[in-house]
Amino acid sequence: MKPEKRDNVIASRRKVLKGMAAIGAASTMPGLVPFAQAATDQPIRIGFQVHRTGIGAAYGRWYERTTNAVAKYINDNGGINGRPVEIIAEDDGTDPKRGAEVVEKFATQHKADIAFGTLFSHVVIGSAPRAGELKIPYFVVSEGHHVASGMLNRWTLQPGITDVKSQVQAMAPFVAANLGKKVTMIFPDFAFGHDHRDYFSAAIEKQGGNVIAKIAIPPTETSFTKYFAKIPRDTEVLYHVMVGPSVLTFVKEMGEFFGPSRPEIFGFIDSLEAVDLKTPGLEFLEGTYFWEGNPRYAQKNQTEYDRFYRAAVGVDDNGASIDDPRDVSTYAHMWGCWETLNVVKAGMEAANYRGPGDRAALIEAVEAMTDMAEGRDHPQGAKIFNGRTHQVFGHQYISRVNGGRLEVVHRTSIEDTFYPDEVDYTKMSF
Amino acid sequence: MEFGPHLILAILEGLVQASVLTLTALGLSLVFGVMRVVNVAHGEFFMLGAVFAYGVANSIGGAPVVGFVAALIVAPLLVGVLAAAADWLILRRLDHDPERTIVATIGMLYVIQQITLMTYGPDAHPVTPPFNQRIAIPWFEFTDKGLEFYFPWGLSTTSYKLFVVAAAIVAGLGVWLLMARSRLGLILRATQLDRETALAFGIPVQRVYALTFGFGAALAALGAVLVVPIQQAHYLMGGDPLLLSFIVVIIGGLGSLRGTVLAAILIGMSNGIISVFFSPTLAKILATLLVAMVLVYRPQGLFGKKPA
Repeated sequence: MKPEKRDNVIASRRKVLKGMAAIGAASTMPGLVPFAQAATDQPIRIGFQVHRTGIGAAYGRWYERTTNAVAKYINDNGGINGRPVEIIAEDDGTDPKRGAEVVEKFATQHKADIAFGTLFSHVVIGSAPRAGELKIPYFVVSEGHHVASGMLNRWTLQPGITDVKSQVQAMAPFVAANLGKKVTMIFPDFAFGHDHRDYFSAAIEKQGGNVIAKIAIPPTETSFTKYFAKIPRDTEVLYHVMVGPSVLTFVKEMGEFFGPSRPEIFGFIDSLEAVDLKTPGLEFLEGTYFWEGNPRYAQKNQTEYDRFYRAAVGVDDNGASIDDPRDVSTYAHMWGCWETLNVVKAGMEAANYRGPGDRAALIEAVEAMTDMAEGRDHPQGAKIFNGRTHQVFGHQYISRVNGGRLEVVHRTSIEDTFYPDEVDYTKMSF
Repeated sequence: MEFGPHLILAILEGLVQASVLTLTALGLSLVFGVMRVVNVAHGEFFMLGAVFAYGVANSIGGAPVVGFVAALIVAPLLVGVLAAAADWLILRRLDHDPERTIVATIGMLYVIQQITLMTYGPDAHPVTPPFNQRIAIPWFEFTDKGLEFYFPWGLSTTSYKLFVVAAAIVAGLGVWLLMARSRLGLILRATQLDRETALAFGIPVQRVYALTFGFGAALAALGAVLVVPIQQAHYLMGGDPLLLSFIVVIIGGLGSLRGTVLAAILIGMSNGIISVFFSPTLAKILATLLVAMVLVYRPQGLFGKKPA
């Protein structure tokens, strides 16, 4: 390459950069960005923070399908206060830093009315402070105990999915009574997994059991036998919960490790969300138990609401996509998106929400909610919302693997999942 | 677990890791040795190998063994051709300048990763292993009746994992034969020793470079095809092999194939054993510490030649 030619390249690149800078500066000027006036026929803009890429991608795919389905459901039924709902989806890469930027984009650029839909707890914890600063309601669908623990702020709510602390507390009596008292826990090494570790350990001790080993695994790990070797021989129950792209490898290697002499196994279905239970190598799971937030396989006593919801999100009786039976859903979690947006609708209608000026009123309207009846808006079951802790409580399911299907063997009461308040967000200022 | 069975399990896990690592690091070392190019995109060629393996195995259907064998041949070949084309289109135009090629391969890393994300998608997909029997491994103990054998809890491997180790040994021998015994190896070694003189003797150095770059990438892809029935193909899986390969190549001595193989076995085994007994994080800390020590006290690597 000749030197003068290279100079030309640099000069033209400078020009390009200058041009780009000019465009960038212009686009931040007011007036050029489309702005939704708070006129009554304008859509309600829901900023949907979605894990399209990164370790949460499988969940993100189904959270997005569920969110689009519930938006259609709401719009088909007259929208919110007569206004249609519009979903503005942005990928956060399952990354906390990007998550905060996405929330900011919703508030300042997209002029969204609310931010919604985040699952992975580290992304929620990274994004919620920004939502609080920008004073945009942030409806998370995460399961983490971070909302009810008081760690976040008044603008962050979890009204559509139950939290880990309440889930594991309701599981412990079943585990201790039916499976065993000496438990080894395997969990992902970040906030969500730590919630499992801390609250299940406490809950099983109340039942007279104890956790004899706690094995943390990074969610990006790809090979697992080395961790299984740390399971003590006298383990009666192996408690597993895993997330990330390698969950299938995790469960397969667990089977290879134990061979014919496995202990009782109790898992959170997170370890196999979006994975077909009939995958070769998973046969050893026959007779083991799983927590499910919502039963993946249509049960004999399926409610008409589950039938309606299942069809609306495009899932068959085996929990897989109607279009592609190999595309298994994250059925135990994604209903949270459906129910959360229905809570948002109810909250906006109660607050007579008109636009971003009524955001605080929306928060207060949701805080005032208590009982949520089972129905098309709440197909997973009835709920009780606690406005002080911004957390909803509901039924939990325990299923057993029978012939490669999950059959529900126990459904907890809502009261089984209660614990004393740790925070009162309603006393905080906006 | 008891100490004995625990150690055997650690060694088995370490062996599998070392096998895949050897192939991947050999590719990186070869490219650096012959071309003096630090290939930052090496991990992405590994990832491409896994993704292509999934694609091939899935599109063929039939018995898993057919798809797997097809993947074993097609995926490294495809990746090799792609890499050779990348060398011809990009690195050759930079005159294989050491600094500029680093930047160029960083660019290739992102381009490959993002194109994979846009086409293959963000999900992990498994490839069904051609065979996969659990093999319980016996252990012995001394009782009052004398020596007794028994099958300890959890001590097992799978036939496929043993196959990975065997396949890596065969492939490693193949590379050695190619380099030491074939005419092509002679040309590669001549180019490595002195590019100018090789050129003067009529060796088409540019074509040798493209071939080397392709071959290095194909070795990474081969490692990936072997590992993908154990792990899964995912667009972000290239990071770890890249890091470990660099560690191995620095410890073994850049450009020394013998050093690369020994360092890969050392790092793979110690990684496996330390991960099983202590924690995977400690294994990474120790490996990185070893790199720092080598760089300080023996910058040419354990088996590298001192610069004249």
